Amino acid sequence: MSGSREQILARVRAALADVPSGEHPPDVEVPRDYARSHGRGGADTLVDRLEDYRAIVHRVAADALPDAVAAALQRRGSRSIVVPADLPEAWTATWTDEIGGGADMAAAGAPVLRDDGDGVGLGLGLGALDAVDGVVTGCAVAIAETGTIVLDGGEGQGRRVLTLVPDYHLCVVRADQIVDDVPDAVARLDPRRPLTWISGPSATSDIELDRVEGVHGPRTLEVLIVG
Amino acid sequence: MTGTFLGMPTFPEAARAATADAQLRHNLRKATHTIRDKRAEAVGELDDWTRLRAAGKAVKDRTLRHLDHYLEQLEASVTAAGGQVHWAADAAEANRIVTDLVRATGERELVKVKSMATQEIGLNEALEAAGITAYETDLAELIVQLGDDLPSHILVPAIHRNRAEIREIFLREMAAWGTAAPDGLTDDPRALADAARVHLREKFLSTKVAVSGANFAVAETGTLVVLESEGNGRMCLTLPETLISVVGIEKTIPTWDDLDIFLQTLPRSSTGERMNPYTSTWTGVTPGDGPQEFHLVLLDNGRSDVLADEVGRQALRCIRCSACLNICPVYERTGGHAYGSVYPGPIGAILTPQLKGTGGELEASLPYASSLCGACYEVCPVAIDIPEVLVHLREEVASAGGAGHRVEKAAMAAAEWVLDDDRRLGLAQRAVASARSLVPRRLPGPVGAWTDTRDLPDIPEESFRQWWRTREKGKRKRS
Repeated sequence: MSGSREQILARVRAALADVPSGEHPPDVEVPRDYARSHGRGGADTLVDRLEDYRAIVHRVAADALPDAVAAALQRRGSRSIVVPADLPEAWTATWTDEIGGGADMAAAGAPVLRDDGDGVGLGLGLGALDAVDGVVTGCAVAIAETGTIVLDGGEGQGRRVLTLVPDYHLCVVRADQIVDDVPDAVARLDPRRPLTWISGPSATSDIELDRVEGVHGPRTLEVLIVG
Repeated sequence: MTGTFLGMPTFPEAARAATADAQLRHNLRKATHTIRDKRAEAVGELDDWTRLRAAGKAVKDRTLRHLDHYLEQLEASVTAAGGQVHWAADAAEANRIVTDLVRATGERELVKVKSMATQEIGLNEALEAAGITAYETDLAELIVQLGDDLPSHILVPAIHRNRAEIREIFLREMAAWGTAAPDGLTDDPRALADAARVHLREKFLSTKVAVSGANFAVAETGTLVVLESEGNGRMCLTLPETLISVVGIEKTIPTWDDLDIFLQTLPRSSTGERMNPYTSTWTGVTPGDGPQEFHLVLLDNGRSDVLADEVGRQALRCIRCSACLNICPVYERTGGHAYGSVYPGPIGAILTPQLKGTGGELEASLPYASSLCGACYEVCPVAIDIPEVLVHLREEVASAGGAGHRVEKAAMAAAEWVLDDDRRLGLAQRAVASARSLVPRRLPGPVGAWTDTRDLPDIPEESFRQWWRTREKGKRKRS
């Protein structure tokens, strides 16, 4: 298709005949005097914004995290969950101890499925992900102003599919991962990684503009803010 | 799908039918007012909105003025990240490229993320002709596709349908496309959304090819960006083995950092949210995560013609937020179908005639589908002066000739003669008032064309000037 490539570029150049030949892209000035932050940062704002999206939010001390994870999964009635291969084992240890050995577990399989690719790097199949009750992950960045959590596939986050197919997403946010606003997040993130920005659970307003939570992604988002 | 915008009636004809539809006007009024109020609130939260708007405008202008440079940079970045770039001069070529890419996978079905570009080129119809079925996965697009209907809004394509109509469409059509709607389906939006979830889930989990558009393509890094709400976008962008993105050349932005402007202005302008529920970005392919084959189809299809018009070029700044539709008094009354084009509302009224030329009857009518009130310019997050472009296009249409326009010029000259002189105006007004019972609904002769497209206003018993004079006289008598 190189013919079309040259044709399109030639047409674009011809269309821009009014642009002086000496003008370079940076010569078109972009005023960057917009705010880096709107001054409403921090965990309190993040909680407020997340709850506005009807996500479930708790704040916990660092040493209470495993118990908070277990409590959330029990409230939810989860029998099995999936976690990224490198999620700290301690996060789900309490829940496993409490649920492990239960009569239903034989049917449910292992309570904690690790997406460790069973040595060949393929990870769990879609069927397995579709069958679990939820997923527990960490995150890369959380934006207070907009109530947004960003996953970048880094530590404790796993493949994109993990937080997409299960119906329930329990996400752990460390206080030091919270930034004030969108410009801070963009500056902190690596565009070469595949990014998923999450602002509340899946939602649609396509039917008479009535907001309905949950169409395809996880229909429930629960967030534990640590520290 | 048999729906098509080809051969649609001109705006005035379609608008007359639409404005007579009370149900449609009710749906539209409720929807546009809800969204515009939410938008105003979300925009009001940011005290630097005018600066964000200026920055977004400037970034887009920088890109457009040096589009050749940024397109070459984008191609290099995507290729370096493991993607393949294809160039499509027009709709036919884009459809051919996508069809060939799908055929090469051996698949006959694909899932689609809602995309204006693929609607513009009629991709679904082209694929169907090639024996490939494209499943729309956005809830509103699903409603439109199952209803064999046309979208009527950029953001909420099924805005013209109410819940009872949607229930009927689901019950009638879902079984033919896949999982049937459940028995006893009610018209509760929750139940309707659940039916769509079940219907589409089997498609997401089994389909190997996906087609998307993109909101932005970052030249510097080769990153593509899709903003959505439901998660259907994430499904299509993550689960299939092959991903094909059809992207207009004007969607390019220079750098990753430029995104911080549009990630603030686009969600607030379109759905009135601080941020849309899901945004996905990807750069080429990522081993072990998501599609392992990625194709970017760069689409011209008339965009370089728009670029050549120094006044009209600004239409290419559009980030498809649809704020201009929701604020427009004309759109509110006629709905999107009346515009007879993929891009409805004020932006459609300037974009469609530029992309396709003003030679056609429909395209020539669109620059007149506006009251020039300027509200669309006020809400535009990239400051497109839509009224300026509308007037510019009207000049183009008028200078191309036509009997209607000669009469309009003569009428304007006569009006100037009357309005120029106080005594003449008073006489003319009295003459008109005394003849008000004689005025027909349709004017005779060549000026009939004017009343074909407009309702004649009721003529008052007396002019304002007469009323004022009488009132002043009354006051003097009392005092």
